[in-house]
Amino acid sequence: MNAPLLEVRHLKVEFPTRFGTLVALDDVSFDIVPGEILGVVGESGAGKSLTGAAIIGLLDPPGRIAAGEVRFDGRRIDNLPYEDMRKMRGRHIGAIFQDPLTSLDPLYTIGQQLIETIQTHLPVSTAEARRRAIRLLQETGISAAEQRLDQYPHQFSGGMRQRVVIALALAGEPRLIVADEPTTALDVSIQAQIISLLRRLCKEHGAAVMLVTHDMGVIAETCDRVAVMYAGRIVEIGPVASVIHAPAHPYSTGLMGSIPAMDEDRERLLQIDGAMPRLTAIPRGCAFNPRCPRVFDRCRFERPELLDAGATRAACWLHDSKLEQAA
Amino acid sequence: MSVATTEPGAGKPLVQVRDLAKTFDVSQPWLNRVLEHKGRQFVHAVDDVSFSIKRGTTLALVGESGCGKSTVARLLVGLYEPTRGRVLFDGIDTAETLRSRRARGLRRRMQMIFQDPYASLNPRWSVADIVGEPLREHGIVGPETSAEDKSTTKRLKARVAELLQSVGLAAADVEKFPHQFSGGQRQRISIARALATQPEFLVCDEPTSALDVSVQAQVLNIMKDLQHRQGLTYLFISHNLAVVRHVSDQVGVMYLGRLVELADKKTVFTQPRHPYTRMLLDAIPDIHMTGRARTPVQGEVPNPLNPPSGCTFNPRCPHANDRCRVERPALLPSGSAIVACHAVQEGRI
Repeated sequence: MNAPLLEVRHLKVEFPTRFGTLVALDDVSFDIVPGEILGVVGESGAGKSLTGAAIIGLLDPPGRIAAGEVRFDGRRIDNLPYEDMRKMRGRHIGAIFQDPLTSLDPLYTIGQQLIETIQTHLPVSTAEARRRAIRLLQETGISAAEQRLDQYPHQFSGGMRQRVVIALALAGEPRLIVADEPTTALDVSIQAQIISLLRRLCKEHGAAVMLVTHDMGVIAETCDRVAVMYAGRIVEIGPVASVIHAPAHPYSTGLMGSIPAMDEDRERLLQIDGAMPRLTAIPRGCAFNPRCPRVFDRCRFERPELLDAGATRAACWLHDSKLEQAA
Repeated sequence: MSVATTEPGAGKPLVQVRDLAKTFDVSQPWLNRVLEHKGRQFVHAVDDVSFSIKRGTTLALVGESGCGKSTVARLLVGLYEPTRGRVLFDGIDTAETLRSRRARGLRRRMQMIFQDPYASLNPRWSVADIVGEPLREHGIVGPETSAEDKSTTKRLKARVAELLQSVGLAAADVEKFPHQFSGGQRQRISIARALATQPEFLVCDEPTSALDVSVQAQVLNIMKDLQHRQGLTYLFISHNLAVVRHVSDQVGVMYLGRLVELADKKTVFTQPRHPYTRMLLDAIPDIHMTGRARTPVQGEVPNPLNPPSGCTFNPRCPHANDRCRVERPALLPSGSAIVACHAVQEGRI
């Protein structure tokens, strides 16, 4: 097994507010090895985008990393000064965001933006940067790249803009790409194009990808491993096939059952009653306990850590081996 | 043209749409047109759409952004007036009726649920006001029925509470305001409001696309339960094919303002005929297809201001030939479906 490219250990993100400190992420740990795509899935407010933002050092103030560490290639990056982190981003870590229109500057041509990014990170001449920009656009599937280089973002459609954003993220030849909902703003037919592009580029460049999305379908076809988040914590992490077909955490089971499938007929969808707790009122013990169909006493008082649960690891007392032995 | 459904218990069509078209004028202002020598410009948002929905069933319209599915929804409930064509609701022409004095009676019978539960509820109104408005507006709970000693307000509150309970909210929620609810709960309030007039027909424009999957499941389950209990008829607009497969009886696929395929759910999902339908089905990610690569679709939806000639899908279609580039295909029966495609009619695919 390769040494992990990205190591996240016990990451905790807090937001100090007038009403006290909100813990938005708590004890999040995972690794990504080179060439691997890790999916991070969860419902709105579960903390998946925040995890991505914390890794690339773009937490919105007053949010701050309160504990834990992030290591990139063995080196700590969570405590780097702003300027060093800025150089890290783009050069070693690329970022792709949800809305391609807000990621591009409407006043500059695509070419200017690409060339600027390339020259910021790589010591190349303008002519060479332009050649690279054209090659990047071609790689991301934009036809007539040479002409399109001199066009402005508004002259591109949504899918094309997202390709440009991907090209920008790849400009510094990063080894890790953090993609936050890269296909959510796109139609299904375009979504398929972008996903297969991401997969191909990841394979060709050997880059590791952290893919944040709420779409389980996208996760299923793209990722190698997946982390399911709930109320700021990872509740289950493991190979994508195991998490989807044999989820070990009751929340993952509910989540998978609530998705209408294309190949089976069900009269009713499995539903998890209630809603995710607010950060101000995360229940004691396991955060999922008020909604959990298999809750028992221990869940209400003691918070479970990630425990081995067959092929995956799940934060659920049902998988406590000591308990099983006792029973 | 109507499609024979095998749905048991499905009676006469409640909604019939005939050659419906809506054109929007997107011209530049007059001065610009004169100075720049430009003519008027129109978008044909919906063009020659015909279908019918049987009582107690669900027709789903699917398609990518800009295909005109929301425009159809708005035309059906009378939020837009059709440029051409007619919408018949239980045999009554809706556009004509909505202009007449009988509009109120018709409005009561059809309601709409919108996509964004954050935008479709007035933040300054309490739930009692929001759900009670259609009751007051239509005089459903009004002074004329006050036989008992209870005041109108009290009866209104009781009815609102009843409606809230039917969508799985608590009766005590009447005093609350929209910001006190989550997205899924807000969408239930919209459903309760739509149900207030006891409509027969509900038009749902992407009712779950702003919601998380577990909440989406709650809302879809409520909608199905209500259909079983009250025999509601739905027009369900969505871009999510898996959701459509879950809720619908019939499915219409739209592309650039036109219906390209209309059939019962089973036919659409097991034997799609139109190349666009096939492409859409190939393009959806499914949680059970772990590791299988999707067939990426070629190209993008063309600009509706300047649609391609002939069949509008021809630039993206793998089966397009010269005829497709010139002649617009009509919707014709093919097996149990109706399809607008030359290649299907000629037996090329």
